[in-house]
Amino acid sequence: MMSEEKQIKDAPKPKPKRPKIPRQPMPEQDAHARAKNFDSVTLGYTMEQAVTEATRCIQCKKPLCVPGCPVAIDIPGFIQLVKDKEFLKAAQLVKQTNLLPAVCGRVCPQEEQCEAVCVLGKKQDPVAIGRLERYVADYEAEHGEIPLPELPSKTGKKIAVVGAGPGGLTVAGDLIQQGHDVTIFEALHKAGGVLVYGIPEFRLPKAIVEREVEYLQRLGVELKLNHVIGKIRTIDQLMQEDGYDAVFIGSGAGLPWFMDIPGENLNGVFSANEYLTRNNLMKAFDFPAYDTPIKKFKNVAVIGGGNVAMDSVRSALRLGADNAYIIYRRGREEMPARTEEIDHAEHEGVKFKNLTAPVRVLGNDEGWVTGLECLQMELGEPDASGRRRPIPIKGSEFVLEMDAVVIAIGTSANPLIAQTTPDLALNRKGYIEVENETTGRTSKKGVFAGGDIVTGSATVILAMGAGRNAANAIQDYLQTGEWWSSNGSAEN
Amino acid sequence: MYEILKKKVWQEQKPRITEFLVRAPDIARSHQAGQFVILVADEQAERIPLTIADKDVEKGTISILFQEVGKSTMCLGMLNEGEHIMHIAGPLGKPTHIEKLGTVVCVGGGIGIAPVHPIAAAMKAAGNKVISILGARSRDLLIYEERMKTASHEIRVTTDDGSYGRHGFVTDELKAMIEEEKIPIDLVVVIGPPIMMKFVCKVTEPHKIKTYASLNTIMVDGTGMCGACRVTVGGKTKFVCVDGPEFDGHAVDFEEMMMRQRQYLPEEKLAVERCEKQTCHKS
Repeated sequence: MMSEEKQIKDAPKPKPKRPKIPRQPMPEQDAHARAKNFDSVTLGYTMEQAVTEATRCIQCKKPLCVPGCPVAIDIPGFIQLVKDKEFLKAAQLVKQTNLLPAVCGRVCPQEEQCEAVCVLGKKQDPVAIGRLERYVADYEAEHGEIPLPELPSKTGKKIAVVGAGPGGLTVAGDLIQQGHDVTIFEALHKAGGVLVYGIPEFRLPKAIVEREVEYLQRLGVELKLNHVIGKIRTIDQLMQEDGYDAVFIGSGAGLPWFMDIPGENLNGVFSANEYLTRNNLMKAFDFPAYDTPIKKFKNVAVIGGGNVAMDSVRSALRLGADNAYIIYRRGREEMPARTEEIDHAEHEGVKFKNLTAPVRVLGNDEGWVTGLECLQMELGEPDASGRRRPIPIKGSEFVLEMDAVVIAIGTSANPLIAQTTPDLALNRKGYIEVENETTGRTSKKGVFAGGDIVTGSATVILAMGAGRNAANAIQDYLQTGEWWSSNGSAEN
Repeated sequence: MYEILKKKVWQEQKPRITEFLVRAPDIARSHQAGQFVILVADEQAERIPLTIADKDVEKGTISILFQEVGKSTMCLGMLNEGEHIMHIAGPLGKPTHIEKLGTVVCVGGGIGIAPVHPIAAAMKAAGNKVISILGARSRDLLIYEERMKTASHEIRVTTDDGSYGRHGFVTDELKAMIEEEKIPIDLVVVIGPPIMMKFVCKVTEPHKIKTYASLNTIMVDGTGMCGACRVTVGGKTKFVCVDGPEFDGHAVDFEEMMMRQRQYLPEEKLAVERCEKQTCHKS
């Protein structure tokens, strides 16, 4: 809104060299219609839009967008190719540094990364880098595959990747291209991690994830599903008995946090992980064609203000809820979710109860949820997170009628690998400790880690960035055999 | 894909009790008593937890046993020798803590006898005196009697209808052992329907006999990600899949657990009806 106003103000200025092209809007499914289906919300650029948007890029000599990208895609380079209508070449260029462009083009928070630093953004709207990335990836999917890159001869080294989520897939893709043998161990029965169990179909079609995973398999990555590392094999067994030279742990988010308020184990209270996994991985929205059930609740409260909360509440609408609420204890400004997701949710009819904190889940005799008792909050001084601290207003309790409550306030670390790997150092919260984010080296020689199991709940692209860094560090380690120690000296 | 090498129907009458011997060498190798697997029969199937009833590490096989009470188990029971189960993940959950304690009583109710079997065997191997109580509704519903005989020093059978062993419940036998025979018991391990586990715990509690109950709650991923399996133990929320499946039975809130088990009864009914009309994806 702001920038459109700006443009109008800018327009009458004397002698603009050429009329400024506005940032091309993303075509979307009608908000009313899409709130009732699981099809993609955003439809993707047309070729004309993509080329028009690409011409907006001024091809900076020292682009800020590239360092703004956690995996350092050659952004001006691929945008120039879009402008030249060399879409396949553009896809090829993106894929050199990002194996999952169709995913990232859809779910990356570009507004905080590449687009946040785009020079154009100072005077008008930044180039829609994410939308262009998605366009070239989708174009490639539709118009024939890029030929597989030539792989170097085999090095004879074996890498185990734990978890087929965005971090693990990135590590696997990078290291297979270095000539190593790579095996991914995935706990679930489908590869993709949060891309398949967490992010809903309407935001990221599962066919896209399948395609990206198949591409890795065509490159030679071995995928072992149903392998819960820490249970079927330990990290030590992988390295000592099965001959893996290095291990990357990207096991992702763990146990969902609950709030420790009364009534939390009533029927109809779910973690966002459960609610989303039922729907996305198990396709419960299509029950009984699929066996996993999910209830069609009338009034659903989703607690939290992040992307996972938005995914949950928008899923609730699509499952047929009459009223789907976001219950968030701070204000809209403080919400960690992407603005785009909040806007989409609002357009679809989600009701926002901000400055509201749940204190108790109410239930009936059969153990089903009937309501959510909440407190009104006000904002005080900024807290450690830099956001204004919510303070309860005394005596402001009120009850919202509900039949389901979905808790989306984050996850803690999954304990399964740590339990069976005693020499793997963890931090106070149970996450795996690494030397630093540029190597992902853990306290255990030959073992690297990245993504949510190191940082706690974060984003797809940050996990991919961690995977990229770890892959480089693994390559280094395989060549030099050097390790580190926390006192700063190198070990061999 | 996991091949079904052998199929045994323990009981033809509905709900059928079926056992599969499945090729799963990696799971067999790493399995310890008390652990379970999550199984997905086909593309549309749900993830269901089943306890491993037996294994053969050399042959690379595991045995799973189930009663065909819902749509998923009914469809599973339609598979035959030579056919495949699409996915099996495991072993999952914490193994039973096995140590030499003295006298251990293993209580299995219904098809709960199958999962109690590896625990009895491990307890016996650790040097405990193992007495097992097997409960069934009637004689023809009793499973694993021979194998439990091998895994225990002594077995005692109860049937609800009196067709075999003691006429009564496992709790009657256990109570008699404690109060009449005055057998000193160091540990009770119980697996069976929640209501039975609850009452077994009620029998042992006043005598301060440590009792492990192995809980079979609703699960989705089974790896500590979703929290569908949560139960209250000692006033705290625990996840059966990663903190369990065994807990101190005296601290488990069985009422809440049973309430949570009822969540999907209408959906289960609908799915079964649909399956019986042969409109489900398996038919």
